[in-house]
Amino acid sequence: MTKHDAKNMTRRGVLAGGGSLVVGFSLLSRALAQEGEVQGVTPPKEPRPKLPGSLSGAPLLDSWIRIDANGEITVFTGKAELGQGVKTAIIQVAAEELEVDPAAVRLVTADTGRTPDEGYTAGSQSMQNSGTAVRHAAAQVRDILIAQAATRWQIPIDGLRAENGKVVRIDGQALDYGALVSGETLHVEAVPQTRLKPQGSFRVMGQSLPRVDIPAKVTGTPIYVQDMRLPNMVHARVVRPPRPGATLTNLDSAAVERMPGVVAVVRNGSFLAVAAEREFQAIRAMQALEAAAQWSEGTRLPDPDGFVASLKTFPAQQGVVAERGGGGAATAAKTFQATFTRPYQIHGSIGPSCAVALLENGTTTVWSHTQGVYPDRRAISEMLGVAPEQVRVIHVEGSGCYGHNGADDAAADAALVAQAVPGRPVRLQWMREQEHVWEPYGPAMLTELRASIDETGRIVDWNYDLWSNTHTTRPGPAGSLIAARSLPNPFPPQPVKLTISPAGNGDRNAVPLYTVPNLRVIWHFLPDMPLRVSALRALGAYVNVFAIESAMDELALMANVDPVEFRLRHMEDPRGRAVIEAAAEGFGWSGDPLPEGRGRGFAFARYKNLAAYLAMAIEMEVDRETGRSRMTRVVAAIDSGEVVNPDGIRNQTEGGIIQAASWTLYEAVAFEETGITSIDWSSYPIMRFGAVPESMDIRIMDRPGQPFLGTGEAAQGPTAAAIGNAIRHATGRRLYDIPFRAEKVKAAIGV
Amino acid sequence: MAVTLTVNGTTRQVDADPDTPLLYVLRDHLELNGAKYGCGIGQCGSCTVMVDGTAVLSCVTPVLLLEGRKVTTVEGLGTLDAPGPMQQAFIEQQAAQCGYCIPGMMMRAQALLQANPDADEAAIRTHLEPNLCRCGTHMRIIKAVMRAGELMRQNSQSGGAT
Repeated sequence: MTKHDAKNMTRRGVLAGGGSLVVGFSLLSRALAQEGEVQGVTPPKEPRPKLPGSLSGAPLLDSWIRIDANGEITVFTGKAELGQGVKTAIIQVAAEELEVDPAAVRLVTADTGRTPDEGYTAGSQSMQNSGTAVRHAAAQVRDILIAQAATRWQIPIDGLRAENGKVVRIDGQALDYGALVSGETLHVEAVPQTRLKPQGSFRVMGQSLPRVDIPAKVTGTPIYVQDMRLPNMVHARVVRPPRPGATLTNLDSAAVERMPGVVAVVRNGSFLAVAAEREFQAIRAMQALEAAAQWSEGTRLPDPDGFVASLKTFPAQQGVVAERGGGGAATAAKTFQATFTRPYQIHGSIGPSCAVALLENGTTTVWSHTQGVYPDRRAISEMLGVAPEQVRVIHVEGSGCYGHNGADDAAADAALVAQAVPGRPVRLQWMREQEHVWEPYGPAMLTELRASIDETGRIVDWNYDLWSNTHTTRPGPAGSLIAARSLPNPFPPQPVKLTISPAGNGDRNAVPLYTVPNLRVIWHFLPDMPLRVSALRALGAYVNVFAIESAMDELALMANVDPVEFRLRHMEDPRGRAVIEAAAEGFGWSGDPLPEGRGRGFAFARYKNLAAYLAMAIEMEVDRETGRSRMTRVVAAIDSGEVVNPDGIRNQTEGGIIQAASWTLYEAVAFEETGITSIDWSSYPIMRFGAVPESMDIRIMDRPGQPFLGTGEAAQGPTAAAIGNAIRHATGRRLYDIPFRAEKVKAAIGV
Repeated sequence: MAVTLTVNGTTRQVDADPDTPLLYVLRDHLELNGAKYGCGIGQCGSCTVMVDGTAVLSCVTPVLLLEGRKVTTVEGLGTLDAPGPMQQAFIEQQAAQCGYCIPGMMMRAQALLQANPDADEAAIRTHLEPNLCRCGTHMRIIKAVMRAGELMRQNSQSGGAT
């Protein structure tokens, strides 16, 4: 028996299923089969047993966990820290199953040179995909180490346990993990069945472990890509045309090239940028370059007047999202019918996008706050006309992104400038106006809803039509990048196509989770994108849940039933019922009258109809004189499956609610035919401290043993609806068109 | 042109154009990362630092105005190993998501608490109005500043430094 065979035998003895030794490079990972927006790669061709989470795409254990001879533990995840706390949660699951202290785990995140390809960090799927993979990998590694120790000691594994980085036997003898691994020990494929730690034995999971990244963030420690300072680095700025589609027709850059500190003016087709020794010199040079550049007309934007209503007249492909029953109208006693809209909205990161790139020895390394290092590498290498292996993309934290913002475009900009100054790192920082104008927006949407109840107050019929662009134009193809679209031989934007999937996109949450016997939901998919759009947190769920939950309140009023009770009467899913009941109880929901100008609102959704459940109750105050409204009190209940870090769930949920309240009360991209006019925080206001609730209480449902469901996008849809419902309650008027700015509220209540 | 200013207690001489905003002097010349670029036009507060105890937007303050003044950035409030009360409070309350706006929040709050150690919640909310947070961490930021006030009052009662 060879050494490898022995190892395999041991392993087979320990783990159910047939794990086989695979010799190969761990990162030649099979592509991932992922759902919805996260998808960036194609699923494996040959049938194989389904491995948990992202292990299915990268089955080798040492792709996820490395243990060095000195006992150092490194965990690899293809997901990125976006401020959502994923690093901390992944360390927790790894430390739990490996039986080590969380401080002993070193975590490496998204890096095409080191980590598995996990597509995008998006769709609230980091814990389902990566958390699950790391947890199972850690548990399998722990059992391999125990088996190794058993072989070493020539005793059965029964009396052995893993504890604090050692395998310990009953008589107290112990072997360090480091002593139990050799080169190939962990270079084996995961098996489908894992011996996870039993409930009740957790030391780390389920605890509010303090976030590992916060101390650095509050002390000015350089951790953001904006903070990178490499030797010999230059500072770069890009110059964009006044409108998309405009080409650079004339440029005399001689004067700019002579400005202090200027290293290079980079012109490549209609891509224009400048690099300088000092950052403020680069800004000065950018301004001079803007003044010197002449551009063609480009693409004019649509007439903003009545734009959102005009979405119905766009060429559309129809997709049936759901259809069941038929003929419910026969028993309809009362019908609610309305149109709901939202304008284009921005991600609005506080720190504009930034990237650092370096071309050295034929390889371009890009440090980026992208959500997908592998898809970004594909796009950038295609743009540069080089093999993917000649580009390495390393994730470094940036300002929160909330979806597909300018990160990938800034990475491409930096990569292009780096080609012009080989050997010198290029730090390219977008300006505030560039972020507001050039990031891809959350698409404008229009939806029509018609629903009926019968004489007994049961919903009998539901019709829903939504008009929307796609909600994802993420990289993968080079044509997704602004820089690639600007080259002499421009890469065209990838054609978009209508896809109806369980996770959804623009149709995400278009189907109510309530019991509705007769239902028809249609996505009128709009391929034309007059403004560039892509994924904004929660995608279509934000608008669809707003419409559904507004309708639920109106139907409850027609049925003369309390809105919480009305929802419960139509909700069979016990976990859905549980969050509705918990939010109502926590809030002290009642029909008691409130003071003048105050209103209560309730809303519920299960994100994507397959992820986290969230219900919330809020109180709002509406100032009749000014029309200004604000949430005063919020209670939400969330079920994200098994809880890894309760405070992390609370933090994400609080943030989701406040951000969505800002979208709902204030936010709309403004434009004219000549260009975008919301170019800063005064022309695109967002929520400030003065409008923040007095109290917010997030209640977490404990679901031991249940799969992780993700957290980050559970609150957006319910927040919009709860606000609309509370304003309705306070004023007697329903608002249908986001945002509910003061003038709109004032007009609705007629004062 | 050389400008002399005091940053976090140390006198620094900087060779920069006099109209260079303080933000770029701090980040690019002095290699301090606490003050962040957010908008460059004084609308978001992520570049906030203290100048002689007052909260100042460093992105719109030319360095020539800082000659002989005392500038404090978040690096001047404490370190990873020895966080100051404001930093300790933000860690305790886990008052960050992406964290990009947080140093600016902390510096504006520090200026408030130095001037008015008893600032209550309403005063804190009003005072922080110029600073934007996009992650929606506001509830925790408010709690953290209140907690920082407590820690500073405890420190001053026990004779410690704030």
